[in-house]
Amino acid sequence: MSGHSTFEPQNGFLKWMESRLPIAGLVHSSFIAYPVPKNLNYFWTFGAILAVCLVAQIVTGIVLVMHYVPNTTLAFASVEHIMRDVNWGWMLRYMHSNGASMFFIAVYIHIFRGLYYGSYKAPREVVWILGVVIFLLMMATGFMGYVLPWGQMSFWGATVITNLFSAFPYVGDAIVTLLWGGFSVDNPTLNRFFSLHYLLPFMLVGVVALHIWAFHVVGNNNPTGVEVKDSNDTVAFTPYYTIKDIFAIVVFLVFFAWMMFMVPNFMGHPDNYIPADPLVTPPHIVPEWYFLPFYAILRAIPDKLMGVLAMFGAIGVLFVLPWLDTSKVRSMNYRPLGRQFFWIFVVVCIGLGYLGGKPAEGGYVLWARIFTVYYFAYFLVILPVLGFIEKPKPLPASINEAVLAKHGDSAAAEARA
Amino acid sequence: MATSEREEPTRRDFLYIATGAFGAVGAAALAWPFIDQMNPDASAVALSSIEVDISSIEEGQSLTVKWRGKPVFIRHRTPTEIEEAKAVDVADLRDPQTDEERVKPGKEQWLIMIGICTHLGCVPEGQKGDYDGWFCPCHGSHYDSAGRIRQGPAPLNLELPPYEFVSDTLIKIG
Repeated sequence: MSGHSTFEPQNGFLKWMESRLPIAGLVHSSFIAYPVPKNLNYFWTFGAILAVCLVAQIVTGIVLVMHYVPNTTLAFASVEHIMRDVNWGWMLRYMHSNGASMFFIAVYIHIFRGLYYGSYKAPREVVWILGVVIFLLMMATGFMGYVLPWGQMSFWGATVITNLFSAFPYVGDAIVTLLWGGFSVDNPTLNRFFSLHYLLPFMLVGVVALHIWAFHVVGNNNPTGVEVKDSNDTVAFTPYYTIKDIFAIVVFLVFFAWMMFMVPNFMGHPDNYIPADPLVTPPHIVPEWYFLPFYAILRAIPDKLMGVLAMFGAIGVLFVLPWLDTSKVRSMNYRPLGRQFFWIFVVVCIGLGYLGGKPAEGGYVLWARIFTVYYFAYFLVILPVLGFIEKPKPLPASINEAVLAKHGDSAAAEARA
Repeated sequence: MATSEREEPTRRDFLYIATGAFGAVGAAALAWPFIDQMNPDASAVALSSIEVDISSIEEGQSLTVKWRGKPVFIRHRTPTEIEEAKAVDVADLRDPQTDEERVKPGKEQWLIMIGICTHLGCVPEGQKGDYDGWFCPCHGSHYDSAGRIRQGPAPLNLELPPYEFVSDTLIKIG
């Protein structure tokens, strides 16, 4: 896909530069002339939306750090200072805190897009694995960011999550002490989380660059899952997809703006407006919404170590997904059985998210167990077996043929007019 | 490294490997300070002993004090609670301990434990749950009137801090 650049600089300076550092040519071949399947739907715009989210988080984060104090005696007050005194501080903080939720909404849509259209299958395994790494880094960053305001949920969230590591035999307690820098979550913990919360987004930028590089080598997947055959199947990234992406970004930002201006605390928890108290656990502690499905899996299992392993395993299984799905057909559009199991899986994930926010008792636990079994069965049983027993629908010969079959009449009519 | 014609390692091969090994050990040694700086510092370790006057805690009352940043429960147990704790068949427990092992001899009315759920570190609520002891609201672990795990995901009994009776009314924790 990204062969030698066809970029031909016109003016003298660009020619001089191109023969020394061919960066303009790289941009041209990656984001302008780059051939993209012409049938991508709006689910493919979430990559660009995520790039905007990452930049927004970094920009708002850098300015928040100009006013925030990472010390247990001052952190909570400094966040209130940002909200009340700092010029535009309330807006910048709401951008950042809601921005994290927006980031996760977008990344979950992006991940389910990949699951539905089989974007993890050969030759895109590395693209997918880098994406899972990005997801893990995002979760670590989001978790540590939530600790920084040093409210009750910050403190107890940090306590519960770091204690997960105590489940490991022999080394568990030493790991937890190392993470805390003390005998409980305290000032050293806050300091290091702050340091890492600032570092990880830049690591994210690096892995995102690899993710983009990797899929520019193998090319985009598309809704048919059929590989690009010739130039009839593609259009240039610019202007076609730059404009489509920008339009999707604008729509997304309208939703973002509505959240942050109208219901800025909808995704948060009121207990985090109470300063951290190491002697009192709130009656019902929950992590941020984007961790809830995994939290539900943790609580579904009555054994501490197994619960922790299942929770990490729920993400770990994604790394090997390219080798678990045995079907040769990528897109669920052509997999009549796979598609049904996929939508059950979506419902199960949302259900786990709902249960993660409920108390761990009675019927909630039962349902969490049923859904946890389905979650793992989808990857470890259903996808491996379906490849052998499912009869897929006939695939189109090419992307071009699929597009013409769907829009051929109107395209022909337009051509005549 | 060694060429195909010469099977014997050369002096140069030896120097390459020795240099590489020396560099690897050096890099590993240098990594340790960067990891160990995260462990508890001298000031955190130093704050490891407190004295508490327990004369004002009446029977059936509890006091929570902070030791090493953690809550420590000091419970003046009622005779009923002690009876209940002793009546339990130790063999049925997940983390088998007798009531005597949970308290100091002759001071069995005083139950002193770290108030941190052994599951994921929340602070359990006192005199709640199904066993007349403590109940953790986070994930539903029940502890009995000797602080032993009876039901729920926690693997162990509530931890006992190192402590001693300085006098009948003064204890030293840590």
